[in-house]
Amino acid sequence: MNEQSKQELDESNDRRAFLKTGALVAGATVAPGVLLYGVAHSRAPEEGASGSKRWGMLIDTTKCGGGCNDCVTACNTENGLSGETGPQDSQWIRKLNIRDLRTDYVQSLPMLCQHCENPPCVDVCPTGASMKRADGIVLVDRHSCIGCRYCMMACPYKARSFVHEPLTDQNPEVPRGKGCVESCTFCVQRVDRDETPACVEACNANGHNAMIFGDLKDPASEISKALKATSSIEVRADLALNTGVRYQGI
Amino acid sequence: MARLANWLRLAAMFVAVAFSATASFPVAAGVDLPRLEKGKGDKCVEDTQFMRRNHMDLLKHHRDDTMRKGIRTTRHSLKKCVECHASEKSGSVAASKEDFCAACHSYASVKLDCWDCHATKPGKKDLPLLGQSGTAVNSSPLNSIAQPGESK
Repeated sequence: MNEQSKQELDESNDRRAFLKTGALVAGATVAPGVLLYGVAHSRAPEEGASGSKRWGMLIDTTKCGGGCNDCVTACNTENGLSGETGPQDSQWIRKLNIRDLRTDYVQSLPMLCQHCENPPCVDVCPTGASMKRADGIVLVDRHSCIGCRYCMMACPYKARSFVHEPLTDQNPEVPRGKGCVESCTFCVQRVDRDETPACVEACNANGHNAMIFGDLKDPASEISKALKATSSIEVRADLALNTGVRYQGI
Repeated sequence: MARLANWLRLAAMFVAVAFSATASFPVAAGVDLPRLEKGKGDKCVEDTQFMRRNHMDLLKHHRDDTMRKGIRTTRHSLKKCVECHASEKSGSVAASKEDFCAACHSYASVKLDCWDCHATKPGKKDLPLLGQSGTAVNSSPLNSIAQPGESK
């Protein structure tokens, strides 16, 4: 290790120590029963999503196992999907196997809403139901969705599903219903309380570590560092959608 | 003869007025009002009369704030309404005609679309921590939050 990098390391240790003490002091000075958001929670509930963040995901296909379905199962559980894969069933995240026709090399990857910066689904929506939140999460506002399915046609990733049958016993945090289009929300209910999406959590909890979720606008975030250090691609980069989900290893 | 006819007409009018008075009497005393199953909350986040008139506006406002802007305050959230108002019998706000939402809405014949998508029962995983005035606090330990306007 050369002198300069050592110095940097020392500095970062100092900074870490300073932050630790700072957090302790802040924790101690706050009155009992009142917890500062700044200590544990980056955003107050009344604050709302901010344009200073953009949520994104990096998927390392070299770590994604062919037979593994952990992300899909976790998504289904979190969002109350049936897990069926028929033509009329909702799939917010699917496992795809892609094969190189010349070499027969097979890879597996999860495909989900890519949370584009310029989402075609939002462009075509006639009611404004398909929308992008300030922090880059692309959602369907079911209150104004009329179920025309233009967005499903427009999406190059086949990421959206239509609910054909009445549903019951939804997760209170994930309202879903017949007649509306839906897709991956990056588990917005979890992201809003500073957790990672269910798929990412399951992938890491089961030791695969193929998915990283984080803020693309924060240069210090794990995902930004990983994106800087490795080569990654957007699927259908030719469409210039600037997707929030990127893949490495394909 | 004409006098008799006039007299009869007057009498008929009296009878009609008297009849309609007796018929409308129960209205004054109160017809059957919607009967509501008891939920577990004891005090709403707003005044009852205010809520009767304005709950739909609060819900709609909150819905757009949460859905479109990501504002997740709990004071006027539908999820928190359900947690408090779900009946003790069915555990739901709209499973039977006596449940909180269904009681008035079926009485007034106003169809509700909320429950096509939203859960009518409180979630299993997040047990509400009820604060003052029925304001529930988010279940995550990270979010021990003070609501705006709530004294702590």
